Amino acid sequence: MAHIQLHDVRKSYGAVDVIKGIDLEIQKGEFMVFVGPSGCGKSTLLRLISGLSSITSGDMLFDGERVNNRVPSDRGIAMVFQSYALYPHMNVYDNMAFGMKLAKAGKEETRARVEKAAEMLQIGHLLDRLPKQLSGGQRQRVAIGRAIVRDPRVFLFDEPLSNLDAALRVATRLEIAKLHHDMNNVTMVYVTHDQVEAMTLADRICVLRDGKVEQVGTPAELYERPNSTFVAGFIGSPTMNFLEGRFADSYRCNTLGVRPEHLDLSETDPVWTGEVVHAEDLGSDSFLFVDVGAKQPLVVRQGGHQVIPYGQRVGVRPREGHLYRFDAQGLPCN
Amino acid sequence: MTHPTTAVPVAAPKNGRETSLEQQRLRAAFWFLAPMLLMLFCVAAWPLMRSIWFSFTDTSLTDLHGGKWVGFDNYLSYRQLSSGRVIWRGTLVDPAWWNAVWNTVKFAVVSVSLETMFGLVVALVLNARFAGRGLVRAAILIPWAIPTIVSAKMWGWMLNDQFGIINDILLNLGLISEKIAWAANLDTAMAAVILVDVWKTTPFMALLCLAGLQMVPGDIYEAARIDGIHPVKVFFRVTLPLIRPALMVAVIFRMLDALRMFDLVYVLTPNSAATKTMSIISRENLIEFDKFAYGSAQSSLLFAIIAIFVALYIWLGKVDLGGEKSK
Repeated sequence: MAHIQLHDVRKSYGAVDVIKGIDLEIQKGEFMVFVGPSGCGKSTLLRLISGLSSITSGDMLFDGERVNNRVPSDRGIAMVFQSYALYPHMNVYDNMAFGMKLAKAGKEETRARVEKAAEMLQIGHLLDRLPKQLSGGQRQRVAIGRAIVRDPRVFLFDEPLSNLDAALRVATRLEIAKLHHDMNNVTMVYVTHDQVEAMTLADRICVLRDGKVEQVGTPAELYERPNSTFVAGFIGSPTMNFLEGRFADSYRCNTLGVRPEHLDLSETDPVWTGEVVHAEDLGSDSFLFVDVGAKQPLVVRQGGHQVIPYGQRVGVRPREGHLYRFDAQGLPCN
Repeated sequence: MTHPTTAVPVAAPKNGRETSLEQQRLRAAFWFLAPMLLMLFCVAAWPLMRSIWFSFTDTSLTDLHGGKWVGFDNYLSYRQLSSGRVIWRGTLVDPAWWNAVWNTVKFAVVSVSLETMFGLVVALVLNARFAGRGLVRAAILIPWAIPTIVSAKMWGWMLNDQFGIINDILLNLGLISEKIAWAANLDTAMAAVILVDVWKTTPFMALLCLAGLQMVPGDIYEAARIDGIHPVKVFFRVTLPLIRPALMVAVIFRMLDALRMFDLVYVLTPNSAATKTMSIISRENLIEFDKFAYGSAQSSLLFAIIAIFVALYIWLGKVDLGGEKSK
């Protein structure tokens, strides 16, 4: 369990600044997710916290203690890598016990800790297998198990689900959420580029953009009160519709944002009208793409099956109180 | 024709037809391999079989087709004198041959061990990231790129007792009190040959080790750092086991080379009993001493020794030459 503080943390590789001054606090036992597009510095920030990379300037504190120059193994962290990073020549048990064995921990204690972690993750029957004999999902669980055995105060995840297929990703996501619930005294920091993972797992999300923090908040806060067009566009699926020009002018802003789920078809009192140019039917929902004359067709989310032929003109009406107005800088208007 | 719909019973495909695609593939594979098989037969199998055949005859260099079958006489034979004394003859009781066998084995084991060790160290250095790594990687290959004759002559001069730079340096440093004839002296000849071979072949070993090292995924080193494992332990417990397959193959290549060592010894220490290898001595008999059949017997033995050695190595070292494990 650790309270992590970052004060003006910067990282540059030569002349390239990757992390450009980050101030952030991660509470004890919190599940913090770093999210952002590729190249935003989220993985670099995680490596700085882990100690695998050293910070160029600024301060990093674990429980008030400066850890800038502590090596990774002294920070009380465990890390789950995107590629699992299992030792290919060791079986599952040895993979999980390796660190403890070489730290001269007692055999009994090592066995107890490995078996407890294996039980938590339901990989007890795999302890004799080599990594190459496991499926991707099992490997990822072993990697998580290895992290649990370290009994860390901070758990770091670097895009742990990226190499799994869609079904496994959902299942493993659930397990990670359960893990957080079971180990509620351990601080977890999780990096992903997938906003769904961020929304479903996080206590708080930190949206990063170009080496800086764009917004930090609970998933609901980011969804309801994004403080820039970037966050508004990044959080939520499908992404928010942005309207500019004459559409925005009538709302006295530069960019008008409205989420697909906050748009309704309206025959009697439409605000915008246009042709249906495309439709996606997901069974539970339908997404209609309506060309109202803006740069992009407006995406309208409708419950259930909506059989509307392409080319038909429909009227669209946004729900009151769910419009986001942004100024020319992409910041919210009051 | 005019009635395309007429029901003509479709002949059930014969078994031969069904596998025809597979057969076509096999046939194509055979024709692709045929030129190489023919070439290998001409340059490897045929000369080998001829040599083995010669070793059972009394062929001489002057009359290659006039040899008569003599059985195992070139390998081992005995004659009982009228006095009752038994005289053994043949390669297998020839002290010069066994000296050559011992020299070859000593040379192979020592030089390959040193080359593996140094090669691994060099590979570890070259695997690290530093400025000018590309240049160093290229530069380190130079000794290997120099033809053996050239490097043997070059080292021959450097090791020369009168004018050699090595004696000069050692004298100036006060490490030796008088000039040493490194290549000619029976005590130092083998060391000189090994030195030059190690100098020449370490780059090759380093290259093969480097290829092995680059197969090791980098993230497991990061996992080891998080586990807090000492770098030395990481080397022995993680790196070494993972590059072992590549290392074993590299060692076997070098071992095959070293066991048939000829050129370096021939140029650097001609006619020195301390360094004569199996190849050297069989060539002597084949060409210089006009004991063609006897030399053939030694060549055949050399082949057998290498074959047995490699088979043992693969078996005991569980070397995965077929790549079965990595599938």
